[in-house]
Amino acid sequence: MSTLLEINGLSKSYPGVKANDDISFAIQEGEIHALLGENGAGKSTLVKMIYGLVKPDEGTMVLNGAAYTPAKPHAARASGVSMVFQHFSLFEALTVAENITLGMDDAPNRKELSAKIRSVSQDYGLPLDPDRLIGDMSVGERQRVEIIRCLLQNPRLLIMDEPTSVLTPQEVDTLFGTLRKLSADGVAILYISHKLDEILALCDHATILRMGKVVDTCTPKEETAKSLAEMMIGGELEIHAQTEFNPGADALVVKGLTLMSDDAFGTSLKNVNFTLRKGEVLGIGGVAGNGQDEILAVLSGEEKVEAEMVRLNGEAVGQMGPNERRVKGLLSAPEERLGHAAAPAMSLSKNAFLTGRIRKKLAPGGVMKSRRTNRFAREIIEKFDVRTPGIHVAAKALSGGNLQKFVIGREVLQSPQVLVVNQPTWGVDAAAAASIRQALRQLAADGAAVIVISQDLDELMEMSDTFAVLSEGRLSKQQPSEGLTIEEIGLMMGGDLEGTHHAEA
Amino acid sequence: MDFSSLSPVAMIVLLIGAATPILLAAIGELVVEKSGVLNLGVEGMMIIGAVCGFIVAVNTDSPMLGLVGAAVGGAIVSMVFAFLTQYLLSNQVATGLALTLFGLGMAALMGRSYNGIRPPRMPRLEVEGLTDLPVVGRLFFSHDPVIYGSLVLVFAVWYFLNRTRSGLVLRACGENHEAAHSLGYNVQLIRFGAIMFGGACAGLGGAYVSLVRVPQWTEGMTAGVGWIALAIVVFAAWKPWRVILGAYMFGGITILQLSLQALGISISGAYLSMTPYIVTIVVLVIMSADRKKASINAPACLGKSFHASH
Amino acid sequence: MLRLEQRQQSSKTMLYLTPVLAVVSTMVVGGALFLAMGINPFDAIYLLFIDPFIDSYNLSQLFVKASPLILIAMGLSIGFKAGVWNIGAEGQFVIGALSGGAVGLALWGSTGWWILPLMAVAAAIGGALWALIPAVLKIRFNANEILVSLMLVYVAENLLAQMVQGVLRNPEGMGFPESRNLARNDPTSLPDFFDPLGIDAGGVVMLLLLAGAFFLLQKHALGFQIKLTGESPRAARFAGVKPGIIIAVTLGISGAAAGLAGLFELTGAAGKLTIDFPVGYGFTAIIVAFLGRLNPIGILLAGVVLAGTYIGGENAQFLLKLPAAAVTVFQGMMLFFLLGFEILINYRVIRVRRAA
Repeated sequence: MSTLLEINGLSKSYPGVKANDDISFAIQEGEIHALLGENGAGKSTLVKMIYGLVKPDEGTMVLNGAAYTPAKPHAARASGVSMVFQHFSLFEALTVAENITLGMDDAPNRKELSAKIRSVSQDYGLPLDPDRLIGDMSVGERQRVEIIRCLLQNPRLLIMDEPTSVLTPQEVDTLFGTLRKLSADGVAILYISHKLDEILALCDHATILRMGKVVDTCTPKEETAKSLAEMMIGGELEIHAQTEFNPGADALVVKGLTLMSDDAFGTSLKNVNFTLRKGEVLGIGGVAGNGQDEILAVLSGEEKVEAEMVRLNGEAVGQMGPNERRVKGLLSAPEERLGHAAAPAMSLSKNAFLTGRIRKKLAPGGVMKSRRTNRFAREIIEKFDVRTPGIHVAAKALSGGNLQKFVIGREVLQSPQVLVVNQPTWGVDAAAAASIRQALRQLAADGAAVIVISQDLDELMEMSDTFAVLSEGRLSKQQPSEGLTIEEIGLMMGGDLEGTHHAEA
Repeated sequence: MDFSSLSPVAMIVLLIGAATPILLAAIGELVVEKSGVLNLGVEGMMIIGAVCGFIVAVNTDSPMLGLVGAAVGGAIVSMVFAFLTQYLLSNQVATGLALTLFGLGMAALMGRSYNGIRPPRMPRLEVEGLTDLPVVGRLFFSHDPVIYGSLVLVFAVWYFLNRTRSGLVLRACGENHEAAHSLGYNVQLIRFGAIMFGGACAGLGGAYVSLVRVPQWTEGMTAGVGWIALAIVVFAAWKPWRVILGAYMFGGITILQLSLQALGISISGAYLSMTPYIVTIVVLVIMSADRKKASINAPACLGKSFHASH
Repeated sequence: MLRLEQRQQSSKTMLYLTPVLAVVSTMVVGGALFLAMGINPFDAIYLLFIDPFIDSYNLSQLFVKASPLILIAMGLSIGFKAGVWNIGAEGQFVIGALSGGAVGLALWGSTGWWILPLMAVAAAIGGALWALIPAVLKIRFNANEILVSLMLVYVAENLLAQMVQGVLRNPEGMGFPESRNLARNDPTSLPDFFDPLGIDAGGVVMLLLLAGAFFLLQKHALGFQIKLTGESPRAARFAGVKPGIIIAVTLGISGAAAGLAGLFELTGAAGKLTIDFPVGYGFTAIIVAFLGRLNPIGILLAGVVLAGTYIGGENAQFLLKLPAAAVTVFQGMMLFFLLGFEILINYRVIRVRRAA
């Protein structure tokens, strides 16, 4: 094997942060090379430089023995470098073929392209209909479009940014099959992930990044998940012990919940049932876009449903708005931090008011009590270790992890009876994620009921007492988390909602 | 004009004339909106086009050069909007309003020595033999070149948007500018171009008012046609062919309303004059009521500013 | 090469500095325009931007013109904060004057202190109802309020034309299409309070409402909800804000304010209803609202500046033969500059060396 891409001393700084610091490594032809690191380790910046989206401040790259300085993605593609993004660059209102044309620099005519899409997608086990609208496709299918778009340009190097975060375990297997076939055909793959088992299963080599620097390289086959994790995190891995589970009375009962989506490309909820008891943490897993946002909206009160469908401590609340539910102790924290859970340009103090108004009595009679509001904001910052110069800082000025701590803290400190959180640790560094999980567990231990919606199965297994999966707007049977295997969960995510284990007659 | 003795054929001929300024402005705005930009300055660009076209036509004694001048004038004034919204990221709604206010004032300033002058006549395209045919001749072979041109333009826009790669790229910018950027397309530049095209079309529409429809220059003579054109784009669900339908329907209402006034119907003139505006509102309501459908039709990034952070 | 870099926190300095920069830039570019038109730019700038604020007669006129602009802009700014774009204030202004005027004309001949307040209430309600048409159509049918409110300006103007030819026509006016003069009839004319300053009852009401708007936006939970809706509609829904209510409230307030302004104009400066009654205050107020940064105090200052350009414009028309349209151009230009400079609030311009 000869060297395909050599990276020498790449550095890139953004205001206040050195995203990449003197990075060097090499990728061989036809190998699957892992780029491993936590969120914020600098993986994304690095691949953006390789793909020509970001210009390095310092350093050089050599591709096939020639200097490689892509000024634009266009130039990168021309040199045989393609990339599948974590957040897809797709156009919902356009067809598969139109989307693929847009990503190609010398696209053939429509008919020829459609035929090619069909044949290439078949060859690699990812069948696609070129005339379908992206908006009608599942996330897994959308990823196929991205991959096929890259493959049609015969790349020498394919960059994949966290490709499995949106896939079911079965879809992951299919993808791995495709990647191995590509590798056998001589295409090198730069595989970015923070999931250790995937890297162990798939990759030939691994480069590990931490805080913008290369801290280690290894051959995954010679490592264990634990040793990889220690390289990535830079310390011993802590495993949280499950606290004892003694559920109390029913806190939140959802029965026959059905919601037609208003959005053309949204998901409708179909006959969702579950019961959440005091002291219980219910984990809801599933691939993004299968009704997670909708279920949060129904529980928060942003979407109203028939009153009887949602019962809080026995009372029918389906018709109540968010503030009425807050009065009764049902609180929530949506996934999107900026623009949903918090108003980006408003101060932390105003953002504390945003949901704290009712339970913390921050505007009795309508007039805002600024001193009381500021005190509440300060309390959140102190108790949840939010790193910020003060309460007058705009929400958007905080890092993702700090803002997430603020959002979760804001709800937890209002002593909810039921708290619903969607993706509580998405894009949050490990330390912050651990403290958020700890706070939620503590809340349950103190007698509140908690729903954690997440795509991170490890997180759900760690935190939840009971577990269910959302798939195309349907919720699987709610089962005790203890004893569930990844295979069983995978089947549930694929739509087998009864589950094979614990099945009752 | 005596409307009372009009035959249906003559009414249709008049209708087409009344519809053409709306059609021109609306097809331009459609392209702008397809690229993801909402330019509310159509009225301002039209009136600039009206005065520029008038000045050029009077001074060169050529209505055709007048049209060129109008398109150039509209495009130039639209560049202010394009620069502010695309490179200085200003709010599109506010900037569009500013463009309208500025355009109305600027046009009045430019045209103040042209009040009461008659512009050179726009020739009709007549075809020996065909034009003299009964009914068909008047319906299809008696118009001025702008009318034929406007229909060709609609076809060209349809072809561009749906059959060319550049059109696909433009639509992509309107659907998801982040994705278009990450594929390496220059969203700002593409939108800049679309805005200028919209400005040129609005300018042509304005010149049609001052050179053909009225034909004279008076301040504020576009009288809300630019705003109606914006509504027509919504009515058309961002589809070029439906712009023709919408514009001709409005032309029809305008002519009907004028002829009813001429007939001395017992409804008062002021009430009849309101009808095009009220119909616009009704049309907007009907087209927007189905939220799901409206959200599919409208470009997803319409009105949102884009700034490439990398 | 220059590049824009997003600020972590909006710059307060720039927030207040941009309107000043906009006015100064307008003077410079406008001056160049005057030069091109063969008018001495220094004289023109002096008349438009300085003379209105130092000449005592002009000062008394200043407030008469500024009052309606500020009142309308105050209402509009509340909507703009919520992302509700009422641009049909001109129509609500007309309807306010029509409904308030109709009450005054119906009570022609009666006397009593209550007549004028009653007219004001009618005007506010009329303006609010007119603005609630786009509100209801937006809430119920998702229709774009920008286009609907604007279309209703033309409808209102036609309605005015109809009324002054019909039921509201002065029976002793020899058939002219205009109403009786309400300003020359004691019970229906707007009393002056501080004569030398030109502050009449309308001005006083305007200042009170401005203080109310300030309280609403700074101290009241409803004001917070309005700002939140504009800043982030999804977060607003999450905070329990009902978008429909915000749309109705903000459009209602701005319509009522424009309606009141219409009545004050009718019972003060204009006197009677004619087809020339609307002079574009409803549109100029949009500029005032933006120039004042959608902030009540800013709007007060911006209203005075814009009113100055009107008065200066009239004087310049007389003394320098400056065309009336030049003032509109100036106002539009000011808004352009303001919108352009706004980028400095959230971004800083940095110089980057071109990579080799």
